Amino acid sequence: MTPAITVTNLWKVFGPRADRVVGTPLAGLSRAELRERTGCLVAVRDVSFEVRPGEVFVVMGLSGSGKSTLVRCLTRLIEPTSGEVCLDGEPVRAMSAKRLRELRRHRVAMVFQHFGLLPHRQVLDNVAYGLEIQGVGRAERHRRAAQMLALVGLTGHEHQLPEQLSGGMQQRVGLARALATDPEVLLFDEPFSALDPLIRRDMQTEVRRLHAEVGKTLVFITHDLTEALSLGDRIAVLRDGELVQVGAPEDLVGAPADGYVADFVRDVPRADVLTLRWVTRPAADGEECDDVPLPQDTVIRDAVPRVLRSGRPVPVVDGDRRVGVVDAEQLLPALLGHRRQVPT
Amino acid sequence: MTRPELRPGGPPAGRTGGGDRWGVRGPWSTRTIFAILVVAAAGAYLGFRSTPAADSADAAAFRFFDSVREWVDANRDSHPLFLFGVNYLRLGVRLLVEAVSAALTGLGFAGLVAVAGAVSLVLAGWRAALLAVAGFLSFAVLGLWTESVDTLALTLAAVLLSVLIGVPLGILAARVRWIGSALRPVLDVMQILPTFAYLAPMTLLFLIGSPAAVIATLIYAVPVTIRITQLGIAGVAPVTVEAAAAQGSTRWQLLTKVRLPMARPVLVLAVNQTIMVALSMVVVTALIDAPGLGQNIVRALERVNVGAAFDAGLAIVIMAVVLDRVTTAASRRRPLPWRLAVPVLAAAALVVLLPIGDRVPALSFAAPVNRLTAWVELHWYAGTEWLKNTVTGYLLNPLENLLVTTPWWLFVLFVLGFGLLIAGWRAALVAAAAAVGVAALGLWVHAMQTLATVLVATALTLLGGVWAGISCARHDRLATAVRPLLDAAQTMPSFVYLLPAVALFGASRFTAIVAAVIFAVPPVVRLVERGIRDVPPTVVEAALSAGSTPRQLLWKVQLPMARGGLLLAANQGIVMVLGMVVVGGLVGAGALGYDVVAGFSQREDFGRGLAAGFAIVLLGVLLDRLTQGFHRSKGPSS
Amino acid sequence: MRISYVAVVCLLLTAGCQGATSDSGDPAPSAGSKGTVNLAINPWVGYESNAAVIEYLLEKKLGYTVETKNLKEEISWQGFETGEVDAIVENWGHDDLKKTYIEEKKVAVDAGPTGNTGIIGWYVPQWMADQYPDITDWKNLNKYAGLFKTSESGGKGQLLDGDPSYVTNDEALVANLKLNYKVVYSGSEAALIKAAQQATAQKKPLLFYFYEPQWLFAKEKYVRVKLPEYTAGCDADPKKVACDYPEYVLDKIVSKKFADTGGAAYQLVKNFKWTNDDQNLVSDYLTNQGMTPERAAEKWVTEHEATWKPWIPAGN
Repeated sequence: MTPAITVTNLWKVFGPRADRVVGTPLAGLSRAELRERTGCLVAVRDVSFEVRPGEVFVVMGLSGSGKSTLVRCLTRLIEPTSGEVCLDGEPVRAMSAKRLRELRRHRVAMVFQHFGLLPHRQVLDNVAYGLEIQGVGRAERHRRAAQMLALVGLTGHEHQLPEQLSGGMQQRVGLARALATDPEVLLFDEPFSALDPLIRRDMQTEVRRLHAEVGKTLVFITHDLTEALSLGDRIAVLRDGELVQVGAPEDLVGAPADGYVADFVRDVPRADVLTLRWVTRPAADGEECDDVPLPQDTVIRDAVPRVLRSGRPVPVVDGDRRVGVVDAEQLLPALLGHRRQVPT
Repeated sequence: MTRPELRPGGPPAGRTGGGDRWGVRGPWSTRTIFAILVVAAAGAYLGFRSTPAADSADAAAFRFFDSVREWVDANRDSHPLFLFGVNYLRLGVRLLVEAVSAALTGLGFAGLVAVAGAVSLVLAGWRAALLAVAGFLSFAVLGLWTESVDTLALTLAAVLLSVLIGVPLGILAARVRWIGSALRPVLDVMQILPTFAYLAPMTLLFLIGSPAAVIATLIYAVPVTIRITQLGIAGVAPVTVEAAAAQGSTRWQLLTKVRLPMARPVLVLAVNQTIMVALSMVVVTALIDAPGLGQNIVRALERVNVGAAFDAGLAIVIMAVVLDRVTTAASRRRPLPWRLAVPVLAAAALVVLLPIGDRVPALSFAAPVNRLTAWVELHWYAGTEWLKNTVTGYLLNPLENLLVTTPWWLFVLFVLGFGLLIAGWRAALVAAAAAVGVAALGLWVHAMQTLATVLVATALTLLGGVWAGISCARHDRLATAVRPLLDAAQTMPSFVYLLPAVALFGASRFTAIVAAVIFAVPPVVRLVERGIRDVPPTVVEAALSAGSTPRQLLWKVQLPMARGGLLLAANQGIVMVLGMVVVGGLVGAGALGYDVVAGFSQREDFGRGLAAGFAIVLLGVLLDRLTQGFHRSKGPSS
Repeated sequence: MRISYVAVVCLLLTAGCQGATSDSGDPAPSAGSKGTVNLAINPWVGYESNAAVIEYLLEKKLGYTVETKNLKEEISWQGFETGEVDAIVENWGHDDLKKTYIEEKKVAVDAGPTGNTGIIGWYVPQWMADQYPDITDWKNLNKYAGLFKTSESGGKGQLLDGDPSYVTNDEALVANLKLNYKVVYSGSEAALIKAAQQATAQKKPLLFYFYEPQWLFAKEKYVRVKLPEYTAGCDADPKKVACDYPEYVLDKIVSKKFADTGGAAYQLVKNFKWTNDDQNLVSDYLTNQGMTPERAAEKWVTEHEATWKPWIPAGN
């Protein structure tokens, strides 16, 4: 299956004569050194990853880590310095301006942190904007826009101006706008960071629901680890423009690639993220086990009642294959401590 | 006029600074260097001062300009530049003016009033519409209907052209970096050009009459259009543009569907300011045979008939206020939707068709104002004369004497040193070059006389303006009371200010000083008040909780923190004062202003008048650079 | 409306290959028919009196429309070229302008004298002449310079001039006669008159540039200061003048177009001729009796039918 997005050795360097950096010894310098020497700032450094169709791919990093630049490079809102981006196997950097516009109009849509709504247009016309510039007729685009508004729960607000809506509602408009053109890929640039925590959680639920309903490929930028863990099928951690680690949430928590990631995930309740795979031990010879096995990808917290009630080690299976057993001794450290776990 | 306030900060000139400016060594060393500079200048002055020969009536520059005029006169109807360029321009503008004028007069009295009201209602709401109807009616009541319509037509024609030229240029300046940076210095200079300096070159190229007036007005007003459009377009939230680009908008779609609609309030503001500036210039162009209310003012000035001028001045102010309020209101709200707008406009159209005469009760303030003036002249004579003689004798004359007896090269050196100290080397070089230019034009003595008048007027302006600004900032009730006055004062064309000054002080340099002070004080008050009020409340709170008295709060916290605003006020004040002092040439202020007046009224003085125009421009550049460099390099960064 | 402008634009496009002259777009002269006459109004009352009477007669007796334009002298002459001005009805000399516009450019023609004689000179109020009898000779002016000092004259005596656009040699005279005086411009005739009246009423010293015909002389006495006598050509170089002003035969100048096509209106302007007293009378109406130009002209016209009857061209 062709990946929805393939990013290969992507660089973005801001500053004077940025193209002279990549591929020279300068590229080996740290961010600060390079800035000192050339005045250039490396925003994205040699990043490669793939996003599978239908997946929620989260890019996480602190502010200044280059994540917003990275997502903009995908549709060339910011022109990459070097490397390649392919959407559905088609190289984006080789596209003509016209082809690129087609891509933005039909295949990729984006949701922005600060919404980017047109203040002079009604909600309905904001949602319909993408269709309007494609030349879709008025009646048709209003019909589709109304559908999208219904999808995000904003029916009844069609004729209001953006400024009359709350932040959360504005971002729903942004979401509806992105969905209106029925793209294959949705890019989210920290869409909920500007919202209150409660609203944020609502919106995350909303995104999960939409993802389930429409099944698009999502690339989601955030600096919020909880958000990343709760939404992401896979998470890429970005630091100073470099990709530190790419993996499923439990990989990050269970096996941080370095101290940076470890620091990041230190306070994550491990039992909520890790699965039994991370704590399964081989069964001792002749050990007496519980009869009903647990699947290997059960989250630890969910396994706790069973294991504790059983009083005996519980077998863990991957499909039909038995991979080992767990008992309370394995589970407790994940519930209590921060001991480094290594998958078997 | 609010015009000079609109100069955007641009990148701080302080960029030239950092390590290379002397000021950064700390206040002590700056002060020392300053003292040394002053002492050195004083020493040099005592050593080298000389009584200069009066300006020659026959400098090389004058002869050159005279020969230019001769050439233009001889080739006006034969050289291709004129046949296919200048004359066509004039013809085109003339057709435009005639079309606008025909449209306005074609509506008839009742029709124009109704249309003005309807358009205001659609664009700006019923309050503005009422104001518009009342204002337009008052033109007829004052007996100045025809003149007002003429002025309105010229203004609209000039504004139309300014918008047609200025908005695209503003967009380009905001979107294309090199155009923006190429335009900036040009606009800087255009904005400090005093109205007067335009007139002689205009008559040379475009002769007299409405076309020349509209072109002069266009040149005066278009920088404002460009600047504000640029600000508006550059100020559009980048997120929204990005969002629209991410959806695949073309550049044209981004401009027409995102940038322009989002910048709409600012664009309407640009139109508003363009109208204000154009109106003030249209009045001045009466000097080159533009019809309208300006003619009444010029006549009244010539006759020292304050009453007649009062009526015309009132009409101008009413027009300015109406246009200002309508466009300001339009920038704040959306126009009525079509389903409401159409019936309103249709109703107005109906009025156009109705045969309604223009019989309105007449009302003139001329007689009472003249009686008042006569009374004031009679009873205040001793007082006004004393004031005039005191300021002239103790302030103006000594300063003028000092400047005139300073050899020009010493002045240039002083400008250079002073400029280096307070404004950075780039501004200092520009200012010094401007001073050299003035000397080269052969009008040194006149320029120094004008400079002396400007400096005295600026000092008085700042004294009054800063005091009033501080008072307004400290007393809310006073501020509320003064605000409408300032509003009205800032919408008035500069020309109007000559009248009260002439009535009180006759024809003299002091008259020009008084007019300049009245003209420039309102914006200074505004800027100072805003500067002080913009001091963050937390800082004020902190100072108060530390036990500051109101006086300590003012001197130790508010004034130092408002320094940016104060220095900006000084810069704008000085530029406005220069413009007005030059217009004072009409009422006996002499020097460069007189040269300009004489230049376009006496053939043999043409070259000198044009040279004087250039000298004024250079003087403006000099003053602007020095003071602008000041507030940019030392003011709090914004 | 629109159609006619479209037509004009089309015309322009077709005319494009010929280029536009400075009078392109002027309204076509209304030959023969009762049309509009553009009168320049120069900034002094005497001129306005001429213009008021001519305007009144053109409108009321001949049925023309008259547009008046407030213009300085030289700018009025430029108006001949642009078509903005049809007639100047009181011209003071201006031989250089006559040479340019009448002889070289051929856009203007002389329409004969107004009948007024113009005198320009330096004057002092009567009381000064009484108190300092020798002040009326320029040779003694330096002796009295201190009397004329003002805030504007920079330590020298002040010689008060009028509008900067007036015909004047005063700066050259002061320099060339080595007088310890400074020329100060009051800016207008009104300011001059006001200063003169104050000088008489309050016995303030004043030396000022003034001229006849002038209604003020009918009210108050001013004495002319003798300057070196005028000889023909002594004022040829404006920078080297050291002699008195000549006597001016005031005349009327009209545009060539107006002379050719102005019909009865042109005839009237050409025939217009009256005396200094006539003009002073109308000026007095205008200035001191607060009449509008129309009222003043009406009053004079009703009272002086014998004077103006001959100006009306035959057949009207």
